[in-house]
Amino acid sequence: MFYREAGDFKTSYAADGQTFPIAFDRWRYMIVVAIGFLAIPLFITEYMANAVLIPFLIWSVIAIGLNILTGYCGQVSLGTGGFMAVGAYACYKFMTGLDVWYVSACEGGANLFFLCTGVATYSVLFELPEFNIAFSVLMGGLTTAAVGLLFGLPSLRIKGFYLAVATLAAQFFLVWLFNKWSWAYNYSASGQINAPTRELLGFEITGPTATAEVKYLFCLTILFLMAWLARNLTRGRLGRSWMAIRDMDIAAEIIGVNPLKAKLSAFAVSSFFVGVGGALFFSVYLGAVEVGEAFGIQKSFLALFMIIIGGLGSIFGSFAGAAFIVLMPVLLKNIMVGGFGWPTDIAAHFEFIILGGLIIFFLIVEPHGLAALWRTLKEKLRLWPFPH
Amino acid sequence: MNLKTLATAAMVTVMGTSPVLADLVFPSLSYRTGPFAAGGIPFADGYADYFTLLNERDGGIGGVPVQVPECETGYNTEKGVECYESTKGLGSLVYQPLSTGITYQLIPKASADGIPIHSMGYGRTSAANGKVFEWVFNYPGTYWDGAAVMVQHAKDQSGGSLEGKSIALLYHNSAYGKEPIRTLEELAKVEGYNLTLIAVDSPGQEQKSQWLQIRRERPDYVFFWGWGVMNQVAVQEAANIRFPMENFIGVWWSGSENDVLPAGAGADNYKSLAMHNTGSDFPIYADIQEYVVDKGLAAGAGDQIGTVLYSRGLYAAMLAAEAAKTAQEIHGVADITAAQMRDGMEALEITEAKMEALGLPNFGPEFSVSCANHSGPGLAAIQQWDADSETWTIITDFMAADRTVIQPLIEEDSKAYADEAGITPRDC
Repeated sequence: MFYREAGDFKTSYAADGQTFPIAFDRWRYMIVVAIGFLAIPLFITEYMANAVLIPFLIWSVIAIGLNILTGYCGQVSLGTGGFMAVGAYACYKFMTGLDVWYVSACEGGANLFFLCTGVATYSVLFELPEFNIAFSVLMGGLTTAAVGLLFGLPSLRIKGFYLAVATLAAQFFLVWLFNKWSWAYNYSASGQINAPTRELLGFEITGPTATAEVKYLFCLTILFLMAWLARNLTRGRLGRSWMAIRDMDIAAEIIGVNPLKAKLSAFAVSSFFVGVGGALFFSVYLGAVEVGEAFGIQKSFLALFMIIIGGLGSIFGSFAGAAFIVLMPVLLKNIMVGGFGWPTDIAAHFEFIILGGLIIFFLIVEPHGLAALWRTLKEKLRLWPFPH
Repeated sequence: MNLKTLATAAMVTVMGTSPVLADLVFPSLSYRTGPFAAGGIPFADGYADYFTLLNERDGGIGGVPVQVPECETGYNTEKGVECYESTKGLGSLVYQPLSTGITYQLIPKASADGIPIHSMGYGRTSAANGKVFEWVFNYPGTYWDGAAVMVQHAKDQSGGSLEGKSIALLYHNSAYGKEPIRTLEELAKVEGYNLTLIAVDSPGQEQKSQWLQIRRERPDYVFFWGWGVMNQVAVQEAANIRFPMENFIGVWWSGSENDVLPAGAGADNYKSLAMHNTGSDFPIYADIQEYVVDKGLAAGAGDQIGTVLYSRGLYAAMLAAEAAKTAQEIHGVADITAAQMRDGMEALEITEAKMEALGLPNFGPEFSVSCANHSGPGLAAIQQWDADSETWTIITDFMAADRTVIQPLIEEDSKAYADEAGITPRDC
């Protein structure tokens, strides 16, 4: 009854090739978007925004990013947390005015402009003005894309588990770097970075006084644009070359897919998404981060779990995985502590058990993730109520 | 997307059940799980038990019952945000997150929402400057005071001079552990010691290479900024390399029974800072036994009573209750708001007579808070562990830190924050 293509005639190639070719699906999508943009901001509370929806939106961006690399291009990455950190710190540097220093005087040593072997005096070479928050987030993404490109180079030689280990090195290196490199956190005594108040079109996006609606809409807009971009990239020539590499890299090379281009572009695009997610994670969601705690290895695993549970190689799967991992603990906590009045520690332990149990259950019932479950459901709905 | 709508709909129904309260609300952002639970559990128990005692014995504070809604953070900043958002609407009077990371997180948020934060001996040290940090308090002392007191104690031990001595700082590689570095560096210039910085990544279960470095370099003193499971490992490693334990000094978060008991006799003579006294031989424990334990109202498993961190939770709750009383006196209302609570905290004065009346004679130092100084005078003592009797003993008086070095650092760091956040300092 639902999702029927019968009677839905296409008269042009454009209509035939659109993202949602089935009319019912298209309407469903538009209604979800309308609810997201128009209905939710009307009754959103600070708790809903800051504890539930904003983390869900940001993790969705990150999950889509990792899905491009791992789900579409078949390159396993454990460096997501590190790439999020690059996005966050780049965003911070651009939103507070990027400064570049050089050695103006160097006593008792060789001077190589940025490097001095003796006692050095530093001066500011140039200082960029403070960027608008939207551009800061964008620059966070672009910087991460460049860094991701660099760490993607080993993928041309190593595959599978070995590549996972190489990206794990990126994770640890980047976290170490942002802990050590005081320039990255503007020389603050504690190594914390704080997002100052920044506005877009007169609305405060970051900082403590930004309202829930504005923060939510900002994140939702970015997610919408990014998901649109990802969907169309993966449907196009680039996406097909990624999938060819994923399915069999030697065959792909023989039919003319350039593995260098395909793999590196997947790393760059994926890192761009993860970087934007990391920038939002820091600036809009948390407001203050510390690299080891906010972008540690557990974030890399979390992102990987999201796409595995949600479904590899599926945009919807990224959303479903992010929703599962982000919303489920909050929901469980509210039911057990708020609803039943259990002690918080028992609830926290049950949370682990239930979440773990659900992950195992879903992976047994549907190894291809929630997205595959959704596909099956759609197929059933199509025949309902007259299955043959 | 469908899952999301479903989950959020379910959440709205669940969240709708929280009642609206007319009590004094002191939320407890605790962590009873995770690598730092060993420290989080006793603190949360002490915090909750003190308020239970006030409710049962005195009918609350000034006749108004007290609520202590608990929220599990797991020492995780994201969960901390969730906890803050879910409890701030209950009419919360003061937040004590017991985590430097979450404190940094909440400073701008709580300041904007007008809810005070009491980061008792942790958090952002420069919050001592009340002109900039109107809503943040860190009395009775800050990390920088603690570091200065440690240096003072080391100086006393080495016969009045640290010239040419070496000190290693073993720290948790996070905002928390990095706090004392600036102070120790500045003091190194004054006192003439060499400072080595040795970082341990969270959670700190693996410290072999760090202690190998200490064994190789043989510093005269090791100062230690650890928390949770990291403490036990460090004390054990120090015992393993036979480092002279009287020269191994931890911060006040690295000096509880949990940290030294696993190392057995090897931990004998280990020292740490103390911001208050400990042990269960204070008159208040008779009341806790009668009104809390015997009635079956003790928080958690009830097995932490009298430990160092339980005492700290108790102390934090006592200071919060006293501030609430002060606020009630100032404003002449019993049912105070968060803003009135802030006034009470700023006018807080802890005297020996007050502590004695509460059943806590000689428990902590005497101090007072003012509009400009939110950290008090920065008093701390040194306590030492006796492995035979399994007790901590305070071996020095409460010493005031030398603020001549620290005050400029506080000014500098709080000014940096004010510039960044666009705050015009208040006149005090």
